[in-house]
Amino acid sequence: MGLSKKHKGLLLDPLADKNPITVQVLGICSALAITAQLKPSIIMAISVMFVLAMGNVVISLLRNVIPSKIRIIVQLVVVAALVIVVDQVLKAYAYELSKTLSVFVGLIITNCIIMGRFEAFALANKPWPSFLDAIGNSAGYGLLLIVVAFFRELLGSGSILGYKVFGDAIEKTGLYSIGYENNGFMMLAPMALIVVGIIIWIQRSKNPALIED
Amino acid sequence: MELLELFLKSIFIDNMIFATFLGMCSYLAVSKKVSTAVGLGAAVIFVLAITIPLNWLLDQYLLKDGALAWLGPEYAEYDLSFLTFILFIATIATMVQLVEIIVEKFAPDLYNSLGIFLPLIAVNCAILGGALFMQQKEFPTITHATVYGIGSGIGWFLAILAIAAIREKIRYSNIPAPLRGIGITFIITGLMAIGFNSFGGMLTGGDGKAKSQGEEKTAVVKVDNTLEVAENTNTKISKK
Repeated sequence: MGLSKKHKGLLLDPLADKNPITVQVLGICSALAITAQLKPSIIMAISVMFVLAMGNVVISLLRNVIPSKIRIIVQLVVVAALVIVVDQVLKAYAYELSKTLSVFVGLIITNCIIMGRFEAFALANKPWPSFLDAIGNSAGYGLLLIVVAFFRELLGSGSILGYKVFGDAIEKTGLYSIGYENNGFMMLAPMALIVVGIIIWIQRSKNPALIED
Repeated sequence: MELLELFLKSIFIDNMIFATFLGMCSYLAVSKKVSTAVGLGAAVIFVLAITIPLNWLLDQYLLKDGALAWLGPEYAEYDLSFLTFILFIATIATMVQLVEIIVEKFAPDLYNSLGIFLPLIAVNCAILGGALFMQQKEFPTITHATVYGIGSGIGWFLAILAIAAIREKIRYSNIPAPLRGIGITFIITGLMAIGFNSFGGMLTGGDGKAKSQGEEKTAVVKVDNTLEVAENTNTKISKK
């Protein structure tokens, strides 16, 4: 696939140096609450990618028709419609997961990444670059979600995607036989914030250009 | 008493920022100065206190499974709950707009301090999140919903006030460069959330005396119930 350099940048920049969560600080609301386990995080990342990609294309197609005074309402309606689709699909095919995600599927509507990308990109660009921008940004969001969830699930319940990597905690096999304990604290809400804080710390010490003064 | 418990619970235990991470975006973006944080926090309380009861009415009389029964028995089987998101967000957006216009007209002073924050709030996760949690908790009356709205708003206000005060102080501290700004804010919020977690036992363990009295009563009722059940089963057996 022949992508021009600009398009490649749209797709790859948000993965690290323009990451929506750690650098632009958008979309944290729903990101933190569901990262206690890997599986809901992956579902969340896919849902956001779908909503953002479709929404960016729709807004970009409508960009010359939307009066700027009511653009927020138009954007909200577009996102809300897409989120309803996601919610109904999840309820139909993955009911248990949609219970775990509870209100956080609905909160994709007010996810700042989505409104932010609509405002900053889709309203001023053609559909194809908007689509690439959406994929790039939601991939950056998803990547961070998955990293946070990986550490929280690994350290908190000693498993990855439900598969017990350290052995069984109750029957004391594997690592547990030599006295390893799960850190239950990782499952609680505050640790999500601290894990993200540490990721920001690591990223900024690798790339001093991002440091705030 | 139940309302007071709900009120305290929504401020401290189910605090929007520390327990459910609602409204994090504006919490992080607008917490650099105490004065702006107070403005946004007050606006959030205001909007939550209005939109949550309104959305409760909407949920109760339009969206819930069988909610349309008041129109007539033939409407009782409709379930419009899939429209929740779009109606809630539309209500919130229009209410915010309406509140902005009314406040501008009748209370210019209040508008000057809150005005710039009101449009920001339409897309604040705390408002929609509050409405969705309200729907999930299935409050029996509109009073419960209002108390929940005001309580959650106050919880959010406290959180943003605290972090803004800390951030104003921390500007003079020597923080490692890569952690400056947003990094340290995340970690401080995490530590504050740990503190708020300890409120978890406040309403379940603290009121032991009242609770034991309540338990005695329920225990008596339970005994009565079991007696009845026993009698019933006895009569059934004897009938057989």
